[in-house]
Amino acid sequence: MTNHVLAGTAQSQLKSRFWHKAARFSLYAILGIFALFYIMPLFVMVITSLKSLDEIHQGGLLSLPENITFEPWKVAWSSACAGVSCVGLKGYFLNSMVMVVPAVFISTLIGAINGYALMHWKFKGSEIIFALLLFGCFIPFQIVLLPMAILLGKIKLSGSFSGLIMVHAVYGIPFTTMFFRNYYMTIPTELVKAAKIDGAGFFRIFYSIFLPLSPPIIVVTIIWEFTNIWNDFLFGISFSEPGTQPITVALNNIVNSTTGVKEYNVDMAAAIIAALPTLLVYIVAGKYFIRGLSAGSVKG
Amino acid sequence: MNNTQQNETNEMADNKILVIKNLDKNFGSTQVLKNIDITIDEGDFLVLVGPSGCGKSTLLNCIAGLEEITSGEIVIDNLDMTSVAPKDRNIAMVFQSYALYPTMNVEKNITFGMKVRGESVQAQQAALKNVSDVLQIGDLLKRKPAQLSGGQRQRVAMGRALVRNPRLFLFDEPLSNLDAKLRVEMRAEIKKLHQKLQTSIVYVTHDQTEAMNLATKLAVMKGGVLQQLGAPQEIYDKPNSIFVAGFIGSPAMNLIKGVAFKNQDELFFRTQLNGETIQISIDHYESEQKIVEGQDITLGIRPEYITGMKPVDIEEKMIISVMLNPVLIETNGFDKHVNLEFGDGEIGGRFTPQEQIIYGQPVLTYMDFSNISLFDSQTEKRL
Repeated sequence: MTNHVLAGTAQSQLKSRFWHKAARFSLYAILGIFALFYIMPLFVMVITSLKSLDEIHQGGLLSLPENITFEPWKVAWSSACAGVSCVGLKGYFLNSMVMVVPAVFISTLIGAINGYALMHWKFKGSEIIFALLLFGCFIPFQIVLLPMAILLGKIKLSGSFSGLIMVHAVYGIPFTTMFFRNYYMTIPTELVKAAKIDGAGFFRIFYSIFLPLSPPIIVVTIIWEFTNIWNDFLFGISFSEPGTQPITVALNNIVNSTTGVKEYNVDMAAAIIAALPTLLVYIVAGKYFIRGLSAGSVKG
Repeated sequence: MNNTQQNETNEMADNKILVIKNLDKNFGSTQVLKNIDITIDEGDFLVLVGPSGCGKSTLLNCIAGLEEITSGEIVIDNLDMTSVAPKDRNIAMVFQSYALYPTMNVEKNITFGMKVRGESVQAQQAALKNVSDVLQIGDLLKRKPAQLSGGQRQRVAMGRALVRNPRLFLFDEPLSNLDAKLRVEMRAEIKKLHQKLQTSIVYVTHDQTEAMNLATKLAVMKGGVLQQLGAPQEIYDKPNSIFVAGFIGSPAMNLIKGVAFKNQDELFFRTQLNGETIQISIDHYESEQKIVEGQDITLGIRPEYITGMKPVDIEEKMIISVMLNPVLIETNGFDKHVNLEFGDGEIGGRFTPQEQIIYGQPVLTYMDFSNISLFDSQTEKRL
């Protein structure tokens, strides 16, 4: 009797182990398929950018390049034509940098101070101000285009880098404020009280106590803001002029202005160049990104 | 304020380290502190105690200047501090969560205040050395708060307060995050530190045992109102309301309802127990208010006066012996706390470990009424 029961449990154990393994296997199989699906466009872009035009026309979309050539990259960087000017992406890459770096810096700094003030220096109406700021997260770009254009004209910043920086910084503040405020929510207000008694003021407490605690959320904010502003096309095309156009606008112009044969390899190389900085930011700061999103508590 | 009044205040406030006068505090339309008056002398250990939401922490924050007061006056060390910034009040505060700066090591935590105030590096190091010797945290100085145990954090938090060398220390439930054993140890350490340094302290806790143990002066609060202010023993012996009687002392004071009754000019307390009338003479009771015949009164008797052994040296008429049914037996080792069925309710008594008390077997219980408190049942105030 007991033996039978034991045998029965052993059998059912074996059975459940089999199903467990089967489930694991299917899970990884499905995940693998999804991963392949997502990597495919990047794969096609990379191999196409390394082929000559002839090879592209002869071979299939997925076939590996026979003779690897970096010519399309060189062209995309320094001599691809957008309309009549054939200067490549080089200058626009710099334009984007000149615009993105200050805009990210300003919106992150203001967001940090906002979040700190709204969380730990509550005043009458501070909750309403935060709610209104949050509302800013839901305003689509298109709605602010016209008023912003008028405003930029009035303050004589239309078409300038400063104008673009301002637009992006202002548009980023609701997001950065929300990030920092929610992060600072996990920091006990008693820290502020203790520092007040120690004699520190608003900025001293921010600088000596809150900023050193902030690297994870700063990284999250930088990734978010950098990606958004770098990839932005609408503000870029609306509020720039030929000398200040960001890389997204240039990429669009290169891809759309065709004279004769469409140079797929150059287009692909240009697209990868335009996407490279955001990719790089993710790779370098990605582990902080995950940490910053999931953590944030300061125990002790 | 005219001159005569000014002189008077100065004279009165000779060694008064903290004077709180008519303090009111409102949050919007809710009044959280009502007309608080507290004065403590230099070297006093004032404990604010009360159930949660009684306003004790708010009061402490008001003293610290972290909350603005609606009206009233706060005088610290003879200086009007009512609208002075926290940093200029010459106080230091220890928080419940310790509030150590997480990114700074112990040394920087302790010297942060001095650094902010622009004191010299030599002064900082001297003060740091002094404090770390007193608290024995010399070997922790380079550690971050996260690398410290609860007790060590507590000690560092105290170090941060001590280094300021303030006129008044404020403690906001500093022990409630510690486990039971550590809490008792740290409690003793705080007490010893107070003895050694002769500092003035205001201390908030919801734990009445902690409050009794630490205080030289106890302030019992409820609903934003100061219920009673006095020495711990005085409050224990003579609680001025039913609330204080129930709150201070563990297990709580037993409260028995009855009426005042006069027989041949002698005043008695009369109550019913299981259909029988019990009468206890209360003629000896030193009442603050006149007790009239027929008045509904509540008699308070501490558990230590309800025992299994006949008390000696007590007048016979002050003692009543009854058979009561035990409903709850709690062993402490050094004694037993037993809840006994008493009419509709229960009363708690203290028995020696030697006495055999078994559920279901009535116990011969002696109630010694020589040390009681009487309250008006309507107003709940002490008589």
